[in-house]
Amino acid sequence: MIQAGVIGVGQTKYDAKRRDVSMGGLVREAIDNAMLAANVEWDAIDAVILGKAPDMFEGVVMPELYLADAIGAVGKPVLRVHTAGSVGGSTGVIAATHVCSGQFKTVLTVTFEKQSESNATWALSPRYPYSPHINAGAGGYFAPFIREYIRRYDAPEHIGWKVAVKDRLNALKNPLAHLHIPGIDEKMVSDTPMLWEPLRYLESCPSSDGACAMVITSKDLVGSRDVAWIKGMAVRSEGTLSAGRDEVNPQAGIDCAKDIYDQAGITNPYKDIDCAEIYVPFSWYEPMWLENLGFCDLGEGWKLTDKDATAIDGEIPFNMSGGVMSSNPIGASGMIRFGEAALQVMGKANDHQVEDAKVAMGHAYGGAAQFFAMWIVSSSLD
Amino acid sequence: MSEEEKKDYAESPINLEYHYTAGSATTRFLNQVKEGKIVGQSCPKCSAVYVPPRGSCPRCGVATNIEVPLTDKGCIESFTIVHIPIPGNPIVPPYVCAMIRLDGANISFLHLIQGIDVEEIRIGMRIQAVWKPKDEWTHSLENIKWFTPIDEPDVDVATLRFEES
Repeated sequence: MIQAGVIGVGQTKYDAKRRDVSMGGLVREAIDNAMLAANVEWDAIDAVILGKAPDMFEGVVMPELYLADAIGAVGKPVLRVHTAGSVGGSTGVIAATHVCSGQFKTVLTVTFEKQSESNATWALSPRYPYSPHINAGAGGYFAPFIREYIRRYDAPEHIGWKVAVKDRLNALKNPLAHLHIPGIDEKMVSDTPMLWEPLRYLESCPSSDGACAMVITSKDLVGSRDVAWIKGMAVRSEGTLSAGRDEVNPQAGIDCAKDIYDQAGITNPYKDIDCAEIYVPFSWYEPMWLENLGFCDLGEGWKLTDKDATAIDGEIPFNMSGGVMSSNPIGASGMIRFGEAALQVMGKANDHQVEDAKVAMGHAYGGAAQFFAMWIVSSSLD
Repeated sequence: MSEEEKKDYAESPINLEYHYTAGSATTRFLNQVKEGKIVGQSCPKCSAVYVPPRGSCPRCGVATNIEVPLTDKGCIESFTIVHIPIPGNPIVPPYVCAMIRLDGANISFLHLIQGIDVEEIRIGMRIQAVWKPKDEWTHSLENIKWFTPIDEPDVDVATLRFEES
């Protein structure tokens, strides 16, 4: 297999409403930033791979058609990827796979969401046939699993507040983050209204507009550029309504993580990975994913969070950029995790850089916690 | 220029009507629901019981062609209390949205809990369906108004986890 690396990551400013740009302008902002960072011109791009979450989120069906010119796909192959909230991650994996396979030498990949143009909670809460109309967006769907996690492991409620504070304090070090809440503390979080019990307002991600792009190329074209080498990548799925499924600790997440660790030669993720950008749209998913991804045993995730292991200067920093809790352009959110992991090992994460980060993980999940996409990037090929 | 004319966006509503084709498995289920009966379907290979059935077992990839009549009793596998209004959704918050696990079924479905102070709702609590009057029954689980607690001991939800025998 051909070795591949990320040579450019480009992001937009994330905000509740990017009314200053159209959808095309938004994706182009991320693309221009990625190509500038990668120091490549359009003639170097062999294919463009676009991802976004459900089309109902904006109401633009077939955005790959509408955006073909803005993403520079004219005269080139274009692929559109969709795996719900994990799409930013799975799009990155598909882009990199096309380089590793030798199909293309250099690929531009971009993901976006412009949530302000419609209402994702509406789109996630339709009246399903033959069922009462009670579904209540992503928070309504995930809150029962979070409640079961808390019951199963007797976790104290301040854990959720703690993650909400930690990620937003990290966001203050990231000028692109949507939410900047100076002075945020656990009391502020616990004073905000309950949305989907046990989740409070500040324990939930925002709705954001934004895009993220990456340029991925094969080893022989990297040259003297900064690069994040892709050491392992995988996607996994599981059935939504399948007997024996454990939504608190999904098997597809376990399997996907094991796959990338095996590829990257990681035997102890807690020790071998320097930092991770993990898809945490609701505070409690940090301890849940710590366990699911094998950073600790079952029931121990909330204890790691409680002892600040996931802080930016902790044993296993999680979401140094502020994470999904601070910026959530859904379709892009997974690629932001992948791209931020790459920036860390390239030493280009500026004020939210983890010192000496050599090996980083990017992670995304989506749908009914049934789609997973992950990768490991490294500063060296060894 | 007035503020209205300076707008940098345009409203463009989209309407969508969805004609749902139930397929043979769900058609059988819905015709039974119309009669006030809840009938799950079981996998001939792993024996998992699905309700509502979607026609195949996601574990084994085979048709769930064995019908299993179920009661309208079960337990709360987990739940949330929704405090915010959802756009396009007629129900007024706060309301309890619960994962209902009927006795004998191996997956849960979402429905309402009423008839109890929300503070007292627990994971594992025993519940039973409260049906609408018979003349209002249609091909929908909306024939059940909500589920309400019954005076039976709580279930340890860890025991609900399906494992192939």
